[in-house]
Amino acid sequence: MSQIMNVLITGVGGQGTLLTSRIIAQVAVDLGHDVKVTEVHGMAQRGGSVVSEVRYGEKVYSPTIPKGEADVLLAFEKLEAARWLDYLKPDGIVIINDERVDPLPVMSGKMKYPEDIIDSITQFRPKTTVANATQTAIECGNVKAANVVLVGILSKVIGLPPEKVEEAIRKLVPPKALEVNLAAFRRGVEWSVNQ
Amino acid sequence: MKRLLIGNEAIARGAYEAGASVATAYPGTPSTEIVSHLARYEDIYAEWAPNEKVALEVGIGASIGGARTLVAMKHVGINVAADPLYTVAYTGVNGGLVIVSADDPGMHSSQNEQDNRGYGKFAKLPVIEPSDSQEAKDYTALAFELSEQFDTPVMLRVTTRLSHSQTLVEEGERGELVLKEYKKNAPKYVMLPGYARGRHVEVEKRMAALSDYAETTPLNRIEWGDKKLGIITSGVAYQYVREALPDVSVLKLGLVNPLPKNLITSFAQQVERLVVVEELEPVIEQQLKAWGIAAEGKEIFTLLGEYSPEMIAQRLAGEALPPVSGLTSQIPPRPPLLCPGCPHRGVFHVLRKRRVTVMGDIGCYTLGALSPLEAMDACVCMGASIGMAMGMEKARGEEFASKMVGVIGDSTFVHSGITPLIDIVYNQGTSTILILDNDTTAMTGHQDHPATGVTIKKSPTNKLDLEALVRAVGIKNVRVVDPLKLDELDTVLGEELARREPSVIIAKRPCALIDRTPITSTLWVDEELCNGCKACIRIGCTGIYFKDNEKKAAINPNTCVSCGMCPQVCKVDAIKVVEG
Repeated sequence: MSQIMNVLITGVGGQGTLLTSRIIAQVAVDLGHDVKVTEVHGMAQRGGSVVSEVRYGEKVYSPTIPKGEADVLLAFEKLEAARWLDYLKPDGIVIINDERVDPLPVMSGKMKYPEDIIDSITQFRPKTTVANATQTAIECGNVKAANVVLVGILSKVIGLPPEKVEEAIRKLVPPKALEVNLAAFRRGVEWSVNQ
Repeated sequence: MKRLLIGNEAIARGAYEAGASVATAYPGTPSTEIVSHLARYEDIYAEWAPNEKVALEVGIGASIGGARTLVAMKHVGINVAADPLYTVAYTGVNGGLVIVSADDPGMHSSQNEQDNRGYGKFAKLPVIEPSDSQEAKDYTALAFELSEQFDTPVMLRVTTRLSHSQTLVEEGERGELVLKEYKKNAPKYVMLPGYARGRHVEVEKRMAALSDYAETTPLNRIEWGDKKLGIITSGVAYQYVREALPDVSVLKLGLVNPLPKNLITSFAQQVERLVVVEELEPVIEQQLKAWGIAAEGKEIFTLLGEYSPEMIAQRLAGEALPPVSGLTSQIPPRPPLLCPGCPHRGVFHVLRKRRVTVMGDIGCYTLGALSPLEAMDACVCMGASIGMAMGMEKARGEEFASKMVGVIGDSTFVHSGITPLIDIVYNQGTSTILILDNDTTAMTGHQDHPATGVTIKKSPTNKLDLEALVRAVGIKNVRVVDPLKLDELDTVLGEELARREPSVIIAKRPCALIDRTPITSTLWVDEELCNGCKACIRIGCTGIYFKDNEKKAAINPNTCVSCGMCPQVCKVDAIKVVEG
């Protein structure tokens, strides 16, 4: 079990978590690993909480990551980092995109968005990094490339060769968006992560 | 070179490689991608049928006609198709017939979590269950072989976790496309009582032959390990067992109906403790107990939802569950909600305002039941809204019916809403039915249907005219309105509710994810005018939010699609269009 890399990618339906998990999984395939990816389709995609689980290594059985065994949690939104935190190993790495999307109970004023959420997360998982991928993506030329900035940060943390990741990005991103996405990826790789 | 495929695409690939030439389905999560992938192969005829019963009947015809045929649906779709299913088990097949049932343990996107392995026992069908995408492909191909070898439809039973997980698959070539000879054979295919009695004899012979086959098929295998604990399992649960308990002995069943009595007995005798690990119903466990084989199962494991490796490790290896941060309890839930610009929002806003009783149906619009719209009283299954409205009226009277509607989507109406509407006309109901026509099957990912005028292969076709259809069944009062014109919708609704005759209101506007044309220009909130009343917040749109400190509403420019609905609900005209 210990040889398996477990990456949990969480966010809000519609945020583009799917492309990120596909890129990571493709690189793992290209490196010759056994790979499993699981995602929830259907109703939850309508603005609900979504999660992609990517596992790779010599031999992967369960498509889901056992609770408490994720090596890395990549969250596209702050609440969605906290929601899935218990799936992470005690010394696991958390990467959070500094984005806030209010869920319905907050929008309607029934509940508060916890303001100190990053502090709470850091208390339980010290290896937490907050990245403003949205801002970086805008600087690269397209806000939509935020998920590829996060791919850059993540791939460095889990030790994927950058040239292999770029190869996967070339396979999975439409040609007209390629330059922006490659730039976004390279900016992500430069990010310094608390690990 | 292996590729990562979701289980559903692997099933499609398996059918392709097995030489299948006909594929039918009605979309339903988690089954939808099977036939949408098959439609991409040029030499396969694929269709979205109006419902699962029709899908199976087309499949039966194709099979009798000699083609290898795949029919796919979600678990509750099998209920709709159950009538032909139970009897095609008697007729058997000509070309191989594989029926995929995609079950949904955990109810990610369903109204119940029934276990369709039960259908195998009751309808007398072999049921095959893969545990990853490679097996999904291989078992699909094998299912066609078995179907022809044993002259029986074969059920391939999968679950959401298999259908939507990607695992590595080695792809093969397209198999030979065989169209078997068709010979008239009334005693086999005409299920009159006299002929059906003869076929029942064949069904029992076939099940006996399949029971023998179950003992030796490579679909069932033992992986010996430590004999202190032996696990019998199938499907994705097998993967969880291997992950959690790498050293135990495992009997993995790929054929879950009929079960191999001798193989199981022998396995049971060789292990000290025997446990059945199966999600949902104790289908395997009960058969073991009926045979007098001592085993544990549901006294350890739940009947509810999906399993996980950590659950199995905790129950069988005594491993403690990992410590929890306690953070989860403080986090606001994030339920799914209608998209910005969704035309359904207008309908449920007006229904809530009028405080009417709403008999709902299955689709994105079922989300109208949730906060903050909360405008739905009941939702049971596909097409049920109209019949339920009729029943409510007959129980509580016409006066009650003048404050009640049935609400159903376009695809769902075509699926199974037409016959209950005929019931209302025939049995003199007065209900008002709203057909929410967004020109697609939205919930499952935008599949076409008979009223969109486009086939599964994206070619133009005859378009079902819903208005003409509704008139033809005898509804005299048919109104077509734009659901995002709230005043107009409200007026029409008021008029039709007051009428002591049945009415149909077609709320017509394309799904906001398909037609992204803004209706208004960019919106903004004039904070001078906004009085913080939150009327706009109560429409439950992510395009508008409330700034707690300022006590003012604000537009979220990243999500707002300028549908123009919130300005209509603002009582002080504070939501403005950007000029110029």
